[in-house]
Amino acid sequence: MKRRKRLFFLGLLLSCMIALCACSGSTENEGNEQKEAENGEASKNGGSVIVGITNDLDSLDPHKAVAAGTKEVLFNIFEGLVKPDKDGKLVPAVASDYKISEDGMTYTFPLREGVKFHNGALVTVDDVIYSLKRATGLLETSDPEVRVESVFSCVESIEAITTEDGKQGVEVKLNQPNIELLSYFTISIIPKDYTEQATKPVGTGPFRFVSYSPMVSIVMEKNPDYYVAGVPYLDEVTFKISANTDAAFMELRAGTIDIFQQLTYEQSNQLKDLYNIEIGNMNLVQGLFLNHKAAPFDNLKVRQALCYAIDRQMILDIVAGGSGTIIGSNMFPGFGKYYDETLASYYTYDTEKAKQLLNEAGYPNGFHFTITVPSNYQAHVDTAQVIVEQLKKVGITAEIKLVEWASWISDVYQGRNYEATIVGLDSNLSPSDIVKRYVSTARNNFLNYSNEQFDDLYQEAAASVNDEEKVELYHQLQRILTEDVASVYIQDPANLVAVNKKLAGYQFYPVYVQDMSTVYYK
Amino acid sequence: MKFYIKKLITLIITLLFVSFITFFAFQVIPGDSAVAKLGMDATEEQLFELRESMGLNDPMFVRYGRFLKNAITGDFGTSTQYNVSVGSLISERLPVTAWLAALSVLFMVVISLPLGLLCARKENGFLDRFLTFLSQTFMAVPPFFLGIIITLIFGIVLKWFIPGKFIPISQDFGGFLSYMVFPAFAVSIPKVAMLTKFLKTSLLRELSFDYVRTARSKGLKKKQIMTKHVLKNALIPVITFFGMLIADALAGSIVVEQVFNLPGMGRMLVTAIANRDFSVVSAAVLYIAGIVIIINFIVDMTYQKVDPRVRIS
Repeated sequence: MKRRKRLFFLGLLLSCMIALCACSGSTENEGNEQKEAENGEASKNGGSVIVGITNDLDSLDPHKAVAAGTKEVLFNIFEGLVKPDKDGKLVPAVASDYKISEDGMTYTFPLREGVKFHNGALVTVDDVIYSLKRATGLLETSDPEVRVESVFSCVESIEAITTEDGKQGVEVKLNQPNIELLSYFTISIIPKDYTEQATKPVGTGPFRFVSYSPMVSIVMEKNPDYYVAGVPYLDEVTFKISANTDAAFMELRAGTIDIFQQLTYEQSNQLKDLYNIEIGNMNLVQGLFLNHKAAPFDNLKVRQALCYAIDRQMILDIVAGGSGTIIGSNMFPGFGKYYDETLASYYTYDTEKAKQLLNEAGYPNGFHFTITVPSNYQAHVDTAQVIVEQLKKVGITAEIKLVEWASWISDVYQGRNYEATIVGLDSNLSPSDIVKRYVSTARNNFLNYSNEQFDDLYQEAAASVNDEEKVELYHQLQRILTEDVASVYIQDPANLVAVNKKLAGYQFYPVYVQDMSTVYYK
Repeated sequence: MKFYIKKLITLIITLLFVSFITFFAFQVIPGDSAVAKLGMDATEEQLFELRESMGLNDPMFVRYGRFLKNAITGDFGTSTQYNVSVGSLISERLPVTAWLAALSVLFMVVISLPLGLLCARKENGFLDRFLTFLSQTFMAVPPFFLGIIITLIFGIVLKWFIPGKFIPISQDFGGFLSYMVFPAFAVSIPKVAMLTKFLKTSLLRELSFDYVRTARSKGLKKKQIMTKHVLKNALIPVITFFGMLIADALAGSIVVEQVFNLPGMGRMLVTAIANRDFSVVSAAVLYIAGIVIIINFIVDMTYQKVDPRVRIS
C-alpha cells in the first residue's frame, strides 16, 4: 500500500517532467522551422510579417470603427475614392481622379476601371454611392452603429454621372462651399448591401481579410487583383493583439513580432541591437490642455506663465531621448503649408518671466491644480511627471490624477469636469478639423475656449474657396491660439517603431495608419 | 438531500448578489458601451439613437430585470464590442482559464504534498531549512512578476517556449497544454510555498499528539504512522486552505493571462470592462463566481471523505 502510494507520486512527478520536456522539444522545432522559412525568402516578394498591436479592434466594419488603433489596421484592407500618401497628399484610389468645382460646391469622382472587391466583383457606381451614403448617414434605413462625421451635414446629394470623356463616376453636391472635404472621401468603399462586413470584411485594399479571432489576431493576405501592379510585396500580414505593451515587449525580445510601434524611449534602447528603430511622428497635438472655466486658467497671465515655466525641449529629452517636434499651436507639421512653424518658438523657457507673470496675475506664491491623465498612454503620463517637476520651480504645485480611458472620455472630454489634462489630439487631414474644437459653440470644445475673433475667423477660413487665402487664415487662427494660450502646446510626439532588421519599406504617414503594402523582405 | 437543497439555494442567492453588484458597479463607473462604440466625438443624437437600440435608455431596474430574465434562460446577450453572442465568446475563453487553473492546482498538489511530508519528517534538517527559506521567498512573489521572470528565463534566455505564442485548444490539444505549463507554474509556485508550509505545520501538530506515541509503542514504523494516521488527520485543515487556494488559482490565472498573452477569461474581462461591454462582464463574473462556489461545495464533500466524523446534515 505504502509503496504503491509512493509510486503514484513518483509517477505524477515523472509525467510532469515528460510534459515539460515534450513542450520544450516541440517549441524548439517550431522555432527552427520559422527560421528556415525566413531564410528561404530572398526575393523582394513574398513572406509574412507579424505586427504587434495592443488595442483590440472595435469593429471590422470600416464605417463602424472609430478607434485609431482599428483604422490603422483596416487601412490595409479598405480604400476610399482617395487615399493619403506618405506626404499627406490625397491621391486617387478607387476613383481615377477627382475634381472640385470652383465654387467648392461639387465634387466629381470618375471611377477607376477594373477595380475589384476581394470577393471578385467589380466595383460599380452603385457600390460607391451605397458606401458614401452609408457613411454620410443618407441611407433610408440607417444603422445607429455607423459613426457619421458631423461634417457630412453639408452633403446635399450623391449621384451617378457619366463624365465628359464617357467614364462612370459619382458627383457629390454640397449645400455650402467646402473645399476641405476631400480628405473625408477616404471613406471605405464596400460592396452594396453586403451584410457580413462586421465578420467577413470585404474591401478593395492591397490586402484581403483572412480571419479574425478576438483578443488574438487579425490575419490578412495579399490581394492578387490589386490595381497597383507589384503591390503588395508580402503574402501575409498578421496583426497580433498583445494584452499590453509589457507583454508585447517580451515578444519583441523573443523575436516573435516583426513590427511594433509606439515604443517608449526606454524600450527602444533595449531593442536597438535586435531591431531597426525607425523614428517618425505620431501626428498628434500633445499639450497640457486647460479648462478655461476652471480658475485660475481663466486668467491669460496664468496661462502665459505656464508656457514660460515649461521647458518643452527637456520633455522631449527625458521622454523620448530628444525625438519629437516641438509645436506652438494646435497643429502639427503633417499639415504642410497650413502649419505655421514659427509659432513653435513663440514662448521660450524662462522661469523669471513666469514668476513675474504669476505675480501680476495675483498668484505670487503659485497655486495648486490637478492634471488628469489617461493611464493607458505612457508617453502622456511621463510628460505629466516632467511638467510637475518643472512647475515646482515657479511655485506651482500640480498633482497627477490617472484615469481609465473611458472615464477620461466621459468626465474630461464630454463632462468637461477637470482642471488640466495631457493628451494627444489627432485629426483628419483637413485643417478645419483640427482647429474647429476651439470654436466657442463646438460640441467637442472640451477646453471651454471662447474667443469671438477666433470664431469669426474660423467661419471665414472654413468657407474660403481660395487655397492661398485659406493658408493665410489658418496661420492666423493658429497664432490666436498661441497668443491667447488656448492651451500649453508641447509637441508632436515621436513614434518609435521597432522593425525587423530583414524588413525594409516601412513608411510613416501624416495620418494614423500602418501601411503594410510597402513593406518587403530585403 | 436537505443539505444539497440548502447548498443550491446558497448558490442561487450568491449568484444573484454577484449579478446585482456587477450591474450596479457598472452604473457607477463613467462611460457606457454607446460611447465606447461611437468614440469621443459622437453627437448626442447619435448616442441617443444607439442607446435606444441597445436598450440603454430604459430605467436601471427595467434593464436589470431584463438582464436577469435573459440570464436565467442562459442567454447573456450579445457582446457590444465583438457583435457575437456572449455564450460563444465565453465558450472559447473559459477552457483556457479553466485548464490553466486546473494545471496550477495539479502542480500545487503534486509538488507541495511530498515536500510537506519531507519537511515534517526531518524537522530542522538541511532540506527543511532550505525549503523554508525557498517558500518564504516565493510566498512573497506575486504571480504576474513570476510570470515575467519565467518568460525572461525560459522564454528569452533558454528558449524553451515562444513568449506570447498561443495554440488554440481546437487546433492541437498537446500544444495548447504545453503552452499552459509555464503560466501554470507562475500561478502555482507562490501557492506551493504556502501549501507546503501549511501542510508541514499541520503535520507537526499532529505528530505531537499522544496517539502517535501510542502507535509507536505498538510497534508501527515512523513512515507507517505518517502516511496511515498522521497525514489523514493533518489533511483536514489543509483541505479548507486548499479550497481557498483553488479560488486563488483561478484569480491568479486571470492575472497571469495578461503576462503570457493568453486569450482567456481574464483578458476578456479586462478588455470588456475597458469597452463597457456589460453583457460580457456580467457573464464572465457570474461564471467565475459559480465555479468558485461549486469548488467550495466539492471541498465540503471532501471533508466527509477524509474524516467520517464530519457529517453533513
